[in-house]
Amino acid sequence: MTTDYPDMQAETVENFTPQKVTLTVNQKPVELEVLPWVSLLDGLRDYAGLTGTKKGCDHGQCGACTVLCDGERILSCLTLAVMNDGSEITTIEGIAQEGELHPLQKAFIEHDAFQCGYCTPGQICSAIGMLNEGKAKSREEVKELMSGNLCRCGANTNIIDAIMEVKNQLAHE
Amino acid sequence: MSTIPSIGQSVSRLEGKLKVTGTAKYAGDYQVPGLLYGYVINSIITKGKIIRFDTSKATALPGVIAVFNHTNRPSLAWFSMQYTDMDAPPGSPFRPLRDEEILYNGQPIGLVVAETFELARYAATLVEVEYETEAFETDLRNNASEARSPKMGMATMLKPLPPRPKGNFEKAFEQSFAQSSGEYYHGTEHHNPLELFATTTIYEGKGKLTIYDKTQGTINSQLYVANIFGLKYKNVRVIAPYVGGAFGSGLRPQYQLFLSVMAALELKRSVLVTLDRSQMFTFGHRPPTIQSTRFGADENGKVTALNHAAIAETSRFEDYTEVVVNWSHMLYPAENTLMQYKLVELDVFTPLDMRAPGGSTGLHAIESTMDDLSYKLKIDPLELRLINYSDTDVSLNRPYSSKELRQCYLHGAEKFGWKNRNPEPRSMRNGNKLVGYGMATGIWEANSLPARAEAIITRDGKLHVNSAVTDIGTGTLTVMSQIAADELGLRVEDVTFSYGDSQKPFAPIQGGSFTVSTVGSAIKAAGSALRKKLFKIAVSMEGALLKGLEIEDVRFENGCIVLKTDPFTFISFTDIIEANGGTPVKVIKFSVPNLLKLKKYSRATHAAAFVEVEVDEELGIINVTRALTAVAAGRIINPKTARSQILGGMVWSISKALREETINDSLLGKYMNQNLSEYHIPVHADIHDLDVIFVEEKDDIVNELGTKGVGEIGLVGMPPAIANAVYHATGKRINQFPIHFDYLL
Repeated sequence: MTTDYPDMQAETVENFTPQKVTLTVNQKPVELEVLPWVSLLDGLRDYAGLTGTKKGCDHGQCGACTVLCDGERILSCLTLAVMNDGSEITTIEGIAQEGELHPLQKAFIEHDAFQCGYCTPGQICSAIGMLNEGKAKSREEVKELMSGNLCRCGANTNIIDAIMEVKNQLAHE
Repeated sequence: MSTIPSIGQSVSRLEGKLKVTGTAKYAGDYQVPGLLYGYVINSIITKGKIIRFDTSKATALPGVIAVFNHTNRPSLAWFSMQYTDMDAPPGSPFRPLRDEEILYNGQPIGLVVAETFELARYAATLVEVEYETEAFETDLRNNASEARSPKMGMATMLKPLPPRPKGNFEKAFEQSFAQSSGEYYHGTEHHNPLELFATTTIYEGKGKLTIYDKTQGTINSQLYVANIFGLKYKNVRVIAPYVGGAFGSGLRPQYQLFLSVMAALELKRSVLVTLDRSQMFTFGHRPPTIQSTRFGADENGKVTALNHAAIAETSRFEDYTEVVVNWSHMLYPAENTLMQYKLVELDVFTPLDMRAPGGSTGLHAIESTMDDLSYKLKIDPLELRLINYSDTDVSLNRPYSSKELRQCYLHGAEKFGWKNRNPEPRSMRNGNKLVGYGMATGIWEANSLPARAEAIITRDGKLHVNSAVTDIGTGTLTVMSQIAADELGLRVEDVTFSYGDSQKPFAPIQGGSFTVSTVGSAIKAAGSALRKKLFKIAVSMEGALLKGLEIEDVRFENGCIVLKTDPFTFISFTDIIEANGGTPVKVIKFSVPNLLKLKKYSRATHAAAFVEVEVDEELGIINVTRALTAVAAGRIINPKTARSQILGGMVWSISKALREETINDSLLGKYMNQNLSEYHIPVHADIHDLDVIFVEEKDDIVNELGTKGVGEIGLVGMPPAIANAVYHATGKRINQFPIHFDYLL
């Protein structure tokens, strides 16, 4: 549909030059040559070929694009690739270590915490970030702090069950 | 020891690991060298003509490859019929870029193709379009007087029009002891699967295409593309193993498929077209519907008269219908009935099946009217359903193939604690919040369609099963693998199910809760034929272990054919394949529902939904604190994935009753909330305690598997149960969905 763009003349766009962005993605160095208007999400998907991170709205409204940036969960559609030069990014492809699934990934399978699977990469990255933050004490608080990640299939209760199981495991460690 | 049957086991999704590691690839995830990106331009007017379409500024940008519109598109199939598809209602299907005519707001009018997504999107803003506008109508309620009967067509076979009137409704209603009537309104809804609609068309050369499409039917998309672009079917391959939700939106080919294929063929390049979230509001949707009900009952609570009328939106070019008004008489055996269903043509895109189409609309009116009647009769709402319980489908005078709804009512009420309900509205509280209990009935048809499946035992003794069917998140891969495993006496791990590919044997579009019954029956038939074929080879093998025996004398287990009377006499599948010269043993079976037998019965799933709401009257907040759905859906192949289907329907119920609606501004003819922050769906914090019960239901008639499908039934009974609970809590009956908090203030 029609989208309002800031005042941008064709001339200036033609003068855009690709910028070199150096990221560490899933513990590997990644160099991207991108124009400044490329979001981190598109940088990861279209330029680094990491399509595990999903685009559901491109507006920060659905959470499907959540990745970990320097350990914190961020919406990769709401930040430009060039703004993240030097950052350490973990995407869903980097959550399992040496073929061993992360406890959250296992819990998601066990609890049937997804159906179509499209929101799943974002849910898992967001849940890892949320647990790292350490703010959520109760199930209600986990639900609240996970509410930026939409699930249209309606797997909500199973997603929260999976996260609570891992949260409780962590509490006992 | 025999193989433990897989059917009935809670097997975790077989594709689970791919989905939690980001390796499952969806339609827009195929990065191929030289891939071009398409961005769609949509009409900003609702009706009229394009009079100028200036692409010069866009095409001047380096990296912009082409801008397509109605003036420079390739010549395409001429006849309207060639644009049809498996889910097309009667009428003329929409033809993208056909001409300068604008039929609805958001209509695709152009496609910019560029080397990057950003460039394509930016270039689209430089395209200048001028229009000549015409008057239009998009408001159902303002145009209700234009309602007319729907046209008949192929689609009406699966969606019967209302049954004929019975008895004398007006007289019976007038003479009835207690009466309830209501007017109901539902707004437009858009499916909004989380995955954006996308098609990646890989140009393979020589008129050959591989297409990754977001669809609920690979063969549906294949036929559509081949027919429109004049390609040979064998040169069009559509692949869709992972579909990021669809809920009906993938039942018809959407315009990104057309545009991606058109650009790929014209440019001889591979092209990805992804719609953005606002563009997800520019095609099919659940139609807004106006309903009215009048139910009458005698002093014992027996319903004697039923009238249910609906007026729904359709487009100017197709007559989309759904089954809204047929359900009440399938449930309640009244002697006098009058059912009416009409359409109003508006300047919108054709509506499209959306999860539990018609049922989730109609049952709201029916079950809220029954609830109201229960208060008038001073009979408990659950008791009123039991008083009017019928083992047969009175609307068609035939028995149900099975119906364990009574068990749903009883088990559901018991587990939910229905007996703790004080019948008086506004009588229950939790602190400063009003508490309400509501219940309602759900019903959905148990259909099946013809399908084909292939089953192969390979040299390693493993089973390979093939079908073109998709898995839109319903668990199809897992459930089909379970059915196949049991048929050959193998473990699920020894079965490979290949699907989501138009080159595999025919499967119809995936929807309507008929996939397990349809494709599952084909797989069962193929498995059964494969057993016979394996047995035949085994009997003729050297050593004559099974000589002179019949297939009834053996069992298939652990990858072997085993003599029933002597478990130590067996022949392994691997030995059979060796005896077959190492050639895999293969069968393809076509399964067709036995219509002669089936037409003697009505086939339906049933559910009873129980809901607790808390209403903060000062803030107007409605919270579904607890809900339970008890389901009778025949045999449950996989309780884990089936439960998830029902849970999904329950979350959709909360969304339908309390959250989601697309708002059309009738002065602009445009949907105003085309994004996920203004199109509200529940977030995690909105979803509380949800419980699912499956009651035992044996059905030897519906199909060989005894399955009835679980995709829709979770979304039929619970929306009215929420409305009924809100009434019980507040004493206010709100007959409009979604129920906005200001209606309660």
